[in-house]
Amino acid sequence: MDEDVPSGRGWFEGLERGDEAGLAASVRDGSAEMPADWPALAVERGFADTEAAYYDTLHETALAATRAAVREAERAGDRQLVHAVRAMDDCSRTANELAERVEEWAGSLLDESGTGVEFAREVAESGEVPATLRTLAQRVVDLDEQAARLRTDIERTAPDVAPNLAAMAGPVLAARLVSLAGGLESLAKKPSGTLQVLGAEEALFAHLRGRAPSPKHGVIYTHDAVRNTHPDDRGSASRALAGKLTIAARVDHYSGERKPELDEELRERIAAIRARKRGAEEDGDE
Amino acid sequence: MSDPALPEGVERHAFDSRERLATRGPPVYGEPTDGEWRAWDPSRSKLGAMLELGMDTGLAGGETVLYLGAASGTTVSHVADCCGPTYAVEFAARPARDLLSVAEPRGNLFPLLKDARRPATYAHVVEPVDVVVQDVATRGQADVAVRNARFLPEGGRLLLAVKARSEDVTADPDDVFDEVTETLSAAYEVLESRRLDRFHDDHLGVVARRR
Repeated sequence: MDEDVPSGRGWFEGLERGDEAGLAASVRDGSAEMPADWPALAVERGFADTEAAYYDTLHETALAATRAAVREAERAGDRQLVHAVRAMDDCSRTANELAERVEEWAGSLLDESGTGVEFAREVAESGEVPATLRTLAQRVVDLDEQAARLRTDIERTAPDVAPNLAAMAGPVLAARLVSLAGGLESLAKKPSGTLQVLGAEEALFAHLRGRAPSPKHGVIYTHDAVRNTHPDDRGSASRALAGKLTIAARVDHYSGERKPELDEELRERIAAIRARKRGAEEDGDE
Repeated sequence: MSDPALPEGVERHAFDSRERLATRGPPVYGEPTDGEWRAWDPSRSKLGAMLELGMDTGLAGGETVLYLGAASGTTVSHVADCCGPTYAVEFAARPARDLLSVAEPRGNLFPLLKDARRPATYAHVVEPVDVVVQDVATRGQADVAVRNARFLPEGGRLLLAVKARSEDVTADPDDVFDEVTETLSAAYEVLESRRLDRFHDDHLGVVARRR
């Protein structure tokens, strides 16, 4: 801190009113321990002729600084990943819902029926249904293809945004964890026990209110380490997996360096859990 | 018609023959308007609820305000309509994007993408103010208010909305509110506090004075 001005410097100090970029940067990056009567100081030091003029400049500068900071935050890779995975889930869900509708409708018109997106594809090409149903079925196909495109994007970008997490969890699960946490930084700051139950919020809150046992896993259930472990050991497996994923997320956020040894550690840990003699020992891992 | 408990610039105004709080300014989220007046919806705004419930906020209108937790600007737009220079601090980028369009037509509203838990990151911009309005949905809400007491002179007002669930989803709201009041006493004297349940579940409205 500057000794002459113990409370720090005002955002405008040392700058000219025309220097928009410099002023905006000063609003974003500056600091002061204590506030001061900045409008009066700005006039006294000749930055502005009047307080009204000072406020005009502050208004423009605060808008510019905040706009730039917002844009930067929203364009960050992890934010884009969050949008992509949410859009993918929306497309898949909507495709499935509409596919059911197509199924019911087409079932009343066609001799042969089927299920899901595949059947919608047949309906979309069928000459025996009204045009409206045909185009509706085509929408299902399009939505399904859009979901696939989004998945491809996620598979391409997740390893850049979170290399260790994507390698350990797979790109889609990694993106989903980032999405549920609200960003890579907040995921990196969560305790492993929270990551373990991300996506199981309903069960978790029921548990916290004393109405249910604690959930063993949220979306990490889809990971091979949990899903392909014997049900008796799934609690241990998901705890171990969550622990390693938490470390991966922290490495990704704070250093960004790829550490393949993390994957190896997870493999060994899961192998050890699966090799356990069932019922012989209590859970005793981290 | 004017109401002695309401700040200058805030009036009860008839919209579709229903009396509602209103301020004068450009509309923000599609609220009903009548000429230059626009309705201030107490169920979307904790400060609006405090006024609607008749709490004595001490707001007279025209004050310099530091608003913590401005979100997308619903409440802060009304504050800027009836107050003087208004500094709006918001931590999350997504709502701050909406806050920008609320601030654009309001020359006295200064949006800042900052963390209210770290006042030193904006004390180089924000001047000492008459009133701090705080509505942050984070753990440690009382602590945020104490840290920001540096912006208030002795006797300056804090208008605080406490969300019990942000402290601890499982705790009894009454216990949370007791603890908040206790923490506040480090820097404030609580003048009035009242549950806002009619408009906001498990929220406490607090009017306090800087010691």
